[in-house]
Amino acid sequence: MCMNSFLQAENLKFSYINNIEEPPVRTEVLHGVSLDVKKGEFVALLGHNGSGKSTLAKCFNAINIADEGKVYACGFDASLEENLFPIRQRVGMVFQNPDNQIVATIVEEDVAFALENMGVEPAEIRRRVDEALKTVGMYEYRGHAPHKLSGGQKQRVAIAGILAMKPQVVLLDEPTAMLDPSGRAEVMKTIKMLKEEMCVTIVLITHYMEEAAQADRIVVIDNGSIVMDDVPKRIFSQVEKMKSIGLDVPQVTELCYLLRQQGVDLPEDIITEDECVEALSKLLLKK
Amino acid sequence: MLKDITIGQFFPGKSIVHRLDSRIKIILTIVFIFMLFMADSFYGLGVGIIYVLGAFLLSKIPFKMMLKSLKPLVPILIFTGILNIFFITAGDPVFEWRFITVTDMGLRTAAYNMIRIIGLIIGSSLLTYTTSPIALTDAIERLLSPLKKIKVPVHELAMMMTIALRFIPTLIEETDKIMSAQKARGADLETGSLLQRAKALVPILIPLFVSSFRRAEDLALAMECRCYHGGEGRTRLKQLKTAPRDYVALVITAGFVFLTVFADKLA
Ligand SMILES: Nc1ncnc2c1ncn2[C@@H]1O[C@H](COP(=O)(O)OP(=O)(O)OP(=O)(O)O)[C@@H](O)[C@H]1O
Ligand SMILES: [Mg+2]
Repeated sequence: MCMNSFLQAENLKFSYINNIEEPPVRTEVLHGVSLDVKKGEFVALLGHNGSGKSTLAKCFNAINIADEGKVYACGFDASLEENLFPIRQRVGMVFQNPDNQIVATIVEEDVAFALENMGVEPAEIRRRVDEALKTVGMYEYRGHAPHKLSGGQKQRVAIAGILAMKPQVVLLDEPTAMLDPSGRAEVMKTIKMLKEEMCVTIVLITHYMEEAAQADRIVVIDNGSIVMDDVPKRIFSQVEKMKSIGLDVPQVTELCYLLRQQGVDLPEDIITEDECVEALSKLLLKK
Repeated sequence: MLKDITIGQFFPGKSIVHRLDSRIKIILTIVFIFMLFMADSFYGLGVGIIYVLGAFLLSKIPFKMMLKSLKPLVPILIFTGILNIFFITAGDPVFEWRFITVTDMGLRTAAYNMIRIIGLIIGSSLLTYTTSPIALTDAIERLLSPLKKIKVPVHELAMMMTIALRFIPTLIEETDKIMSAQKARGADLETGSLLQRAKALVPILIPLFVSSFRRAEDLALAMECRCYHGGEGRTRLKQLKTAPRDYVALVITAGFVFLTVFADKLA
């Protein structure tokens, strides 16, 4: 339980229990996951549908309690009842559907929701709400009704609602899945700013490989076990392996992969458009 | 078209009525309703009506909104009128035809009750016109908070109201979408007998229910993640504060109550 590892799972096993059937059916979803997320890291969590990404994320903020193994969040043991609120306050979670995580009818009231639950003094709530709204660039909208905002704006309000708690880790479960491209860009910009300017540790679950490519580290989970854990460049250079797990690689990586197969001499670790443009123009100039 | 429905019909504004504390406004509305029912003369009722019209003028809400709020009430007004006129047989008869007797007392009671209903509607719509739903919910929570002692789940009720207010626009939008989707699949919602049209609503209501349950599950999870654990130890961002104008409003209202009760004797 070293202080600079913010999220830590050791041989974590988790099962869902279906009580509707008789006798109850247990399905093990996580089969012994070990993961260590360090302070200030930006980790992308990848895996195809149903591989257990959301389940794992929920283990880290004590929504799911491990059946076996240990989970520590910011140094707190997640299996202890008394650590519930300290953990949830430090490990914030943002979900996919922006509509289903906004509670109040006014933007600023919603951002204040977590602080109200924590029993923070009204003056302090005011200060933190304003600060959080300014951080995500939604301060001018503080008096608006959430249902009149765009998807990207709603998602930024949801992030502000988490930021107001001053969390050390933010888990984002497919925060861009329901947004249009401009909303996605807004949210990604906010996430990167959190990481760079506020030193918040980020775990981003996503199906967009271009988003994952921006992380410091990628963890790939398949059928409830971690199968890959490395920096983006090394993950995406294994195109065949990714495809065999049912995952994609960024479009430019795939392009370079196909060109390489045709005998074009390109490096393996291209994951952004800029790198691709550079490599291709170098190649063309050489000829 | 569904989007035009606004619940509670709040008209934002900066008038003195808008700025009164929402708790005080609820209390004043209740006092006003008592005033109408305590008054048992035209003078007393007149004082009540002057009071509410005065408040309406101060609120700067367009006068036609008042007429609009009364329009759906016309059938009830007529019904009350008829009931009172024909079924009160005490007093001196003014008109007799076969078994129908209309007495002066019947006519008077009919008029009283119609004025009371009109006043009631104007008073309560003035409350919702000038108070945002969220302020109303807050005020109700705080006014009822003594009931927590006898285990009335006041906080939970207020939370439910807030969430309902929050999700009404979302669900209306969703209904619109489902309706369009079903129409695109050939559902016919506008023609046919009443029964047929009611049946046509089933394929709209079922997806709506299913998605509401999913939303409820998501929302509960999001609330848990934000440390929600009921009303215990909860603070609020917005504190309700009474200002001198609230006490002035209370004093003026007390004056009107006095006038209503003694209007008969003073006149
Ligand atoms: N509440 C639940 N009860 C029972 N089973 C569940 C529950 N939630 C998820 N599961 C099952 O657990 C498995 C992992 O689900 P999980 O939601 O963690 O996947 P995921 O990786 O987040 O997928 P997605 O990319 O679709 O979000 C799935 O097979 C799913 O059916
Ligand atoms: Mg998921």
